[in-house]
Amino acid sequence: MTQEPYRNLRPTRWLLKWGSGSIGTLTSLHTYRSTRMAKRTPLYSTHLTMGGKLVDFAGWEMPINYGSQLEEHHQVRTDAGMFDVSHMTIVDLRGTRVREFLRFLLANNVDRLTQTGKALYSCMLNEQGGVIDDLITYFMREDWFRTVVNAATRDKDLAWIRKQAKAFEVGVEERPDLAMIAVQGPNARAKALSTMDDGLLNAAKSLETFFAAKHGEVFVARTGYTGEDGFEIMLPTDRAQSLWLALSRAGVKPCGLGARDTLRLEAGMNLYGTDMDETTSPLESGLAWTIGWEPSTRNFIGRQALEAQRGKTTHKLVGLVLQDKGVLRNHLPVKVEGIGAGEITSGSFSPTLGRAIALARVPVGTTDTCHVELRGKWLAATVVKPPFVRNGKSCITL
Amino acid sequence: MSKAPANLKYTKTHEWVELHDDGTASVGISDHAQDLLGDLVYVEAPEVGRKLTAGTACAVVESVKAASDVYAPLAGVVVENNATLSDSPELINKDPYGDGWIFKIKLANAADANSLLDSKAYAEFCASESH
Repeated sequence: MTQEPYRNLRPTRWLLKWGSGSIGTLTSLHTYRSTRMAKRTPLYSTHLTMGGKLVDFAGWEMPINYGSQLEEHHQVRTDAGMFDVSHMTIVDLRGTRVREFLRFLLANNVDRLTQTGKALYSCMLNEQGGVIDDLITYFMREDWFRTVVNAATRDKDLAWIRKQAKAFEVGVEERPDLAMIAVQGPNARAKALSTMDDGLLNAAKSLETFFAAKHGEVFVARTGYTGEDGFEIMLPTDRAQSLWLALSRAGVKPCGLGARDTLRLEAGMNLYGTDMDETTSPLESGLAWTIGWEPSTRNFIGRQALEAQRGKTTHKLVGLVLQDKGVLRNHLPVKVEGIGAGEITSGSFSPTLGRAIALARVPVGTTDTCHVELRGKWLAATVVKPPFVRNGKSCITL
Repeated sequence: MSKAPANLKYTKTHEWVELHDDGTASVGISDHAQDLLGDLVYVEAPEVGRKLTAGTACAVVESVKAASDVYAPLAGVVVENNATLSDSPELINKDPYGDGWIFKIKLANAADANSLLDSKAYAEFCASESH
């Protein structure tokens, strides 16, 4: 197989700091030549055919949009859109002691999963209580749990999971033979179901929120990263293209990573590496609700560190809505009068609200307003409890 | 390929200029520029009456991806700006050379326009910038 150089745009460098922005800089970033060979999902050529603008994401060539990320965002909020998320890491955990292993590995309590197919969102912590990754785990059988972790953290997650699994004799099998398509929006389930044959249809249509089912080689989960209803469908790579095209014929529009980011931010969902990382505790990342403190006898990696922090954290993650015009960006400074300083973790624009929103790490004493430094000026922002948008509608009084 | 109409002039900072018979000129950003920025969500146009020198940053266009300065292509005074961009910044993406015009200036010196790039030179400049 021949290796060929390709052009890509590194996502983290799009966001130009104020004052240094110019179209010329965007031009040179646009044609940055990488020395790494990017990976492609089974849907790569279909993305090109459908007008996808490809960029590098965590070493994968992925569509950032198919023409307009704002239109794609609205499509998911009002109808149905689909995302190629095959770059994410699917891991099957098998053995007689998987549940026991997950009780130790995960900060959330896997014993919440008593019904077949039920899913759990959890952080995986290190000994210091820092976040290694956030993930979803599905209980399929006592001897089989499926876990989906992020694309960017694949290597370190697999190494960590494999290392911890040894003591429990759990088999850790990565599934690069599976592709994943997320179909999201108020009409997503209906349109996705219309593409399924009887057996799969019966398994999928009765799924409750946050449950999964497997039929033949296809795994359907009623989960997502947009705040809308929908499915995440995992299936063999050689069947991905025909599903994508069938969904397209059913009226589901292709959506890229740009829309995926504005959707998840509106939904108040964290992005690993941006809103939290190995140096931050879930308690200062808006993820205290994902810690399974009970039973107090459950030992999990990072528990002792969290117990020591409990009630003593100095910072918290909040939502911000900018009152003025302008788009909020990652890392902008935040000033809380009489209290202290903070920083935006995820900053962007909310197409549904028509204004800038962000997640920010601020001192715990912060109440309902603060100021953000944008292009040399301190602008007023309202502090809110995420989500910003739910079921397509604003949760915030503007 | 981005369009660069032949009847317009251009700058190396990706503005286009349409010279009018009455000594005024309309200014906007090129198709190439709007394509790089992506969907625009805010436009800050210069206020009417403001005096500009060539090369001054006088407007801001902002997309989800980035905020970018727009530079005055020529010296002059701002006589009009496009009020519809406030509610519909996407006009710049959809029609960068028409409805997406950003502001109009009364030129200090019409001959200054000779220093601008023509369509062919601008296209060549864009091609060279990306290598």
